Amino acid sequence: MSTSSTPELRKTALNAVHRAAKAKMVDFGGWDMPVDCCGLTAEHMAVRTAVGVFDVSHMGDIQLRGPGSLAAVQKLCINDASKLQAGQAQYSAMLYPNGTFVDDVVVHKLSDNDYLIVINAGTREKDVQWVRQVIGGMPSVHMNDFSDYYTQLAIQGPFAQRTLQKLTPVDLGPIKNYWFTWGQVAGLHNVMIARTGYTGEDGFEIYIPSDEPTSARVWNEVLEAGKEFGILPCGLGARNTLRLEAAMALYGHEISDSINVFEAGLGRYAKFDKGDFVGRDALVKVQEEGGPKRKLVGLEMIERGIGRDGYPVFSLEGQRIGEITSGSPAPFLKKNIALAYVPVESSEVDTEVAVEIRGQKVKAKVVPTPFYKRPKK
Amino acid sequence: MSYPADYKYTKEHEWISVDGSKGTVGITDYAQSSLGDIVFVDLPKVGDPVKAGEIFGSVESVKAVSDLYSPVTGTVAEVNEALKDAPEKINADANATWMLKVDVSDAAELNGLLSAADYEKFVSEETGH
Repeated sequence: MSTSSTPELRKTALNAVHRAAKAKMVDFGGWDMPVDCCGLTAEHMAVRTAVGVFDVSHMGDIQLRGPGSLAAVQKLCINDASKLQAGQAQYSAMLYPNGTFVDDVVVHKLSDNDYLIVINAGTREKDVQWVRQVIGGMPSVHMNDFSDYYTQLAIQGPFAQRTLQKLTPVDLGPIKNYWFTWGQVAGLHNVMIARTGYTGEDGFEIYIPSDEPTSARVWNEVLEAGKEFGILPCGLGARNTLRLEAAMALYGHEISDSINVFEAGLGRYAKFDKGDFVGRDALVKVQEEGGPKRKLVGLEMIERGIGRDGYPVFSLEGQRIGEITSGSPAPFLKKNIALAYVPVESSEVDTEVAVEIRGQKVKAKVVPTPFYKRPKK
Repeated sequence: MSYPADYKYTKEHEWISVDGSKGTVGITDYAQSSLGDIVFVDLPKVGDPVKAGEIFGSVESVKAVSDLYSPVTGTVAEVNEALKDAPEKINADANATWMLKVDVSDAAELNGLLSAADYEKFVSEETGH
């Protein structure tokens, strides 16, 4: 273990702020990021019951502009971006021709002929190259990589709205889930304010200029605004357990270039009636051949033990049937949960399986996902 | 971080406090801090043998698993059963929260362990601070 900084690691504009706050830092996809700011469990609980703020500036942002931008988005991504109104976002994914994942993304329609695709940190360069390659031959579309232009803050939790509302004259109440607007935040004009997140909780993501003084000032103002609600700065550790409770996919775990959309349970986002997109033919073929052979399921440990990323899953008869993609104690649910790929015939809810935990078989069962769903207001 | 001067330490971040032939074993303040919120401790049973430098169990935080290495060779005389339900006690006070009591079979092995000062130096070198 090493907490020393390595020169090659990339840093967000808030790196010095995290270090000054004594956050534990890790290398995440080549980025020097806080994994633990105030204790993972406390951070996780703050987001579920109050509010937390995350620096997610390592995420990438690709803008596609021009009369051909919609056609480009439609070719690149599985969801139907023609259904989006200006100010609306959608979960989507970019696929390789064989139907496996380049990345999962959120497509924002800024206006007609103007789209912003938010991509993962660890796949940034690959994604940018892929977009260039796919849209290279397409007319009237221009791509910009704006990844380094934004500091992206995620303010998440039942008190996220009240926290952010103190910093903006924009009425946040009417912004629906997966919609966004622009407005003044902490004195900055034209800040993109999106009701999006990766925690399974209500919340917002704001995109502010990525210079260090502005980033630090807004970060601190968010913390100050949320103080009365018990806000905590949160690291990637809590971000991971929060998204796992909500059963949201993480690239390199539940989705990758060797997993297809149907296996990942994301088939509902692939819109086959919108026309061609990269990977469509392969997905159609999977459907024609009777659907995927393996499926992503939720597991809950029955016996004492924590199934973790990469641990093998066995049938009760002792046959190796799959592998955990993400597993952890769930701090809010207080259960040991995991996502795993298993054969379709073992994917029924209540099917009992065994997870091999350092040489020992420990019983678990298939449960419905998401493990956690936020209470309806 | 604090490392009691009368304990001995391993490079795998366990401590042992010896009284006669009885050794009391836990993990260091640095170890608990690095692990974060501890949620699970897997320990051997009374009567099980342990061997210096070999794994005797594991400790898990929300985000990680870490093997536990025995500082000495001997036989498990007592296990801290309270950790089954309250593993977070280790985070609260790692120096006072023991995991095992071991009947030490070879007291000479203790000479191969680190003093508090050496351990602190080792940790600072390992972490680059």
